[in-house]
Amino acid sequence: MSPDPLADPVRFIDERTSSAPLMRKGLRYLFPDHWSFLLGEVALYAFVVLILTGIYLALFFDPSTAKTVYHGAYTPLDGQTMSDAYKSVVDISFSYKAGLLIRQTHHWAADVFVASIVMHLMRVFFTGAFRKPRELTWIVGLILLFTALLEGYLGYSLVDDLLSGMGLAIGYGVGLSIPVIGGPLMLGIFGAPFPGNSHFESRLYIAHVFLIPGLLATLIAVHLVLIMARHHTQFRESRRHTERRIVGVPMFPGQAPRSLALMFFVAALLVVMGALIQINPIWQWGPYQPWLGTNGAQPDWYLGWLIGALRLMPGFDVTVGHYTLIPNPFWGGILFPMVVLGVLLTFPFLERRFTRDSAVHNLADRPRDAPFRTAFGVAFLSWIFLVFAFGAADRAFVLLDLSYNVQLFAFRIAIWVVPAILFVVTRRWCRALQAAESVQARREAAEHAVDQRRRLPASGD
Amino acid sequence: MKIRQWLLALILRRLLGRGRETPPAPAPQPERIVAAGSPDRRAENLVVALLGVAVLFGLGFIVTYAEFSPADMPNALLGICLGGCLLSIGVALTVVAKRLVVTEELEDDYPETHPGQQDEIAEIVRQSGSRITRKRLLLTAGAAAGTTLGLAGLTPALSLGPFWDTGPLDSTPWRRGTRLVDESGGPLTADAIQRQTFYTAFPEGADPELIGSPLVVIRLDPDKLHLPSGRAGWAPGGILAFSKICTHAGCAIALYRNPKFPPVEPKPALVCPCHYSTFDPYTGGTVTYGPAGRPLPQLPLTVDAAGHLRAAGNFSGRVGPSWWNVRERPT
Amino acid sequence: MTRRRPDLLLGLAASLALAAGACLAVAAGAAAQPGSGIVRPSTEPATPSASLGAQLFAGNCASCHGIAGTGVSSPRPGAGFPGEGPPLRHVGALAADFYLRAGYMPLSSIHDQPGPDRVLLSNKEIVSLTAYIAALGSGPGVPHPRPAAGSLSAGMQLFSEHCAGCHQMLARGGFVTGAVVPPLQDVAPTQIAEAVRIGPYEMPSFSTGQISNAQLNSIITYVLSTRHPVNRGGWGIGNIGPIPEGLVTWWIAAPLLILACLAVGRRMRRS
Repeated sequence: MSPDPLADPVRFIDERTSSAPLMRKGLRYLFPDHWSFLLGEVALYAFVVLILTGIYLALFFDPSTAKTVYHGAYTPLDGQTMSDAYKSVVDISFSYKAGLLIRQTHHWAADVFVASIVMHLMRVFFTGAFRKPRELTWIVGLILLFTALLEGYLGYSLVDDLLSGMGLAIGYGVGLSIPVIGGPLMLGIFGAPFPGNSHFESRLYIAHVFLIPGLLATLIAVHLVLIMARHHTQFRESRRHTERRIVGVPMFPGQAPRSLALMFFVAALLVVMGALIQINPIWQWGPYQPWLGTNGAQPDWYLGWLIGALRLMPGFDVTVGHYTLIPNPFWGGILFPMVVLGVLLTFPFLERRFTRDSAVHNLADRPRDAPFRTAFGVAFLSWIFLVFAFGAADRAFVLLDLSYNVQLFAFRIAIWVVPAILFVVTRRWCRALQAAESVQARREAAEHAVDQRRRLPASGD
Repeated sequence: MKIRQWLLALILRRLLGRGRETPPAPAPQPERIVAAGSPDRRAENLVVALLGVAVLFGLGFIVTYAEFSPADMPNALLGICLGGCLLSIGVALTVVAKRLVVTEELEDDYPETHPGQQDEIAEIVRQSGSRITRKRLLLTAGAAAGTTLGLAGLTPALSLGPFWDTGPLDSTPWRRGTRLVDESGGPLTADAIQRQTFYTAFPEGADPELIGSPLVVIRLDPDKLHLPSGRAGWAPGGILAFSKICTHAGCAIALYRNPKFPPVEPKPALVCPCHYSTFDPYTGGTVTYGPAGRPLPQLPLTVDAAGHLRAAGNFSGRVGPSWWNVRERPT
Repeated sequence: MTRRRPDLLLGLAASLALAAGACLAVAAGAAAQPGSGIVRPSTEPATPSASLGAQLFAGNCASCHGIAGTGVSSPRPGAGFPGEGPPLRHVGALAADFYLRAGYMPLSSIHDQPGPDRVLLSNKEIVSLTAYIAALGSGPGVPHPRPAAGSLSAGMQLFSEHCAGCHQMLARGGFVTGAVVPPLQDVAPTQIAEAVRIGPYEMPSFSTGQISNAQLNSIITYVLSTRHPVNRGGWGIGNIGPIPEGLVTWWIAAPLLILACLAVGRRMRRS
């Protein structure tokens, strides 16, 4: 028998693993190829870019807060005392040939990773794709999102530039505010009161480059296995698309080059952004010291909703007599994100309860098909978005001359009023769209009947 | 020489000859699995061209990397080369997906559930334990062992930090008599402290990075101070010292608001740039705006014989962000 | 289309209009236009002169700062003084030069925060007024900073310690409760030096004991460098930190990624 370059390796593997049926099935696994189903893949590929660029950066980063005097390529910092960590990142940006490109690509990938998860989450929410049998996928995805937020925050905090250190101080303050366990917990993590003992930076580092990425990779794997076990949902685009039959493009040869192409597009975009758009120029911020601060300090966008909440909160601690029970940062920094996570985690179960719908759903809704869910989602998103937007109120004051006080007052009202208005408007809009469709359907049916009567050939299919 | 010509000829034949090969006569084939489609030579050419562009971009990246020194490295060129390479491959793959491989639209069943096997799984576990008479006792014992092992495994984590010994959160390096020094270590003299400005001070001989170390020092009109009772003598000559760490979330109080013409301008205040908590120094650091829930801790000062500023005790309250039990416990 | 859709759109439009209106009202209130009417003598001399300074002062400054710069500490509407202002007896040429050249004065309303604005006076008028105010008492003269003698690195450190809390690390301006902090990219070295010594409006004033003239040179060197920061990474997107980065993520990256998904994936088919 002549050697067959395709069949021989397959035979080799199957004889040793007995996996031919699995491979056969895998190759012809079906993907519904509507574009919106690819947003999750974008997040996956941003994660791939994060891992690859992160490995490179880890080879040059020095996780130590020991002090050193800088005499490097960037002269404005010459002679300044800084941590080894900060110096090594300045060196990555100035002294290694592709260092800045890789660093900027890494940071953009982080911003895009979370953004694509959020877009993916919105697609899943507004199409009801979280419903039975995919609640576990939804839950794992949400944990993934919040783990990604933590991972990004840790990366931002590692560098020890002025913004990074201020962010870390706020994280410490927010952590301390957790009732009962806040103090001990922060002492455990930092090893000492802020800015922590000499082990703290290496703890941050191992968490950022190993523990949390490992957790993220595991969660991604579980997320994908859960999807494969149940397949994607699909839109009801034709009579062939039903709750029991999936219509789609097979993994091979149809989906594989599409998915790979998307991977290359995502990587290309991130690298080109890293090439052309400056992100977090840490050499401009200077080194951090606990007694220094810069106006307009901000976290990366995905934590902007927390700084907005911290600033929007009226100033009060819960106290009993002389004892503080719940300090202020708890409301915006802990309770608010926990409420958001809690609502999202429980939504599939609440919806099932209130709609008394415990059936299996493989057909995705269009937003208009579930007016309450869509309206709730829009209102909920707008609530978070408004809190997020207030996080930039100080910059809006500088750039647009909008008084901070007026903004504070307006936002404290708007975060409740605007979601309520949007809820009503969206629900009515969805119902109107539904009504329009049923009118359209009836008209078409009537015209069809007229056509039949006139014995005219029906058009199209 | 001869070998080279021979090699060249072989390569040329490989490259050019392939395309002209007439496809072999279709032998009777088994039934196809993947749907058939017609060839698209132009798409093939396009893919080859795109991959060629990718090669050029990739080479561009390597050449750029090699040619420039770290100081002159053009980040944009380097990145555009790599990004262009990735983009070209992405476009080539899109052409492959849309025009070179057949796009089948197949149907399949969504996976079923397996009620029979569900019951069997439960039955297997149940029957496996049928010899055990005291299930609850064994389960309890197992749970106890497992929990203890887990706790034992976690115990070493207690070395991470002081945890329940929260003393460090309450301590500051300031003691009665500690001199105030500036960033370069020179002592602050009372005479040098002027109105209309602010100074950052640290405890002499202590680590300035400790959250309890940095102070913001200002001088106000002593007649206009309304410090809380018990703080008489804390501000010699109107010189006030506050912790520079915000009681809200731990940022540095790096802003001193200081009106030039008080009748029409907002009054003096210490402000945090993170969430804009605003503290009134006249009243001993009380919160006048923003999310902070607790006054800025004030450090009592005295002036020694040499005219240097010294701490006359410890802060009026806990330094740093608030936490459970933080307020007004005795230091 | 049904009949219900228009009034839905109308509702949406109305709520949007409401929101936009609220924003506009806020913006209009915050950005009240200052009057630009400068009172000038009918015939101005061709060269700066003390008498021109005195006339300009009487016409444009005395209503708030008092006759001959004695200051007005409380409103005296009966006397025809509409405003209040600090005395200018011993502020010297330094303060006059700063407030006039930076466009802080004259101020249209005493309740406005003076800030960098349109300069309403000509150079000749400023020189005349400055000379007039300098002659009112004994005050500091116009400084002559030499940023060329400063150290960029020392300036960056000093700026971080004394200035960044309000002005932002790259001097892009900021916010302090009750006041807006101006960006410093368009401020001339002399005005920076003057502002450090005066502390206009709510800014602290730093004496030579706290920031020496040599250190001031370094600070000015650093501030001048922020006009063209080292944006080695490409487009600087404003040099104000993560807010523009988030905007780029959502307004540039996200649409391009959706385009990529559309290129690879498939649109909805109408059944």
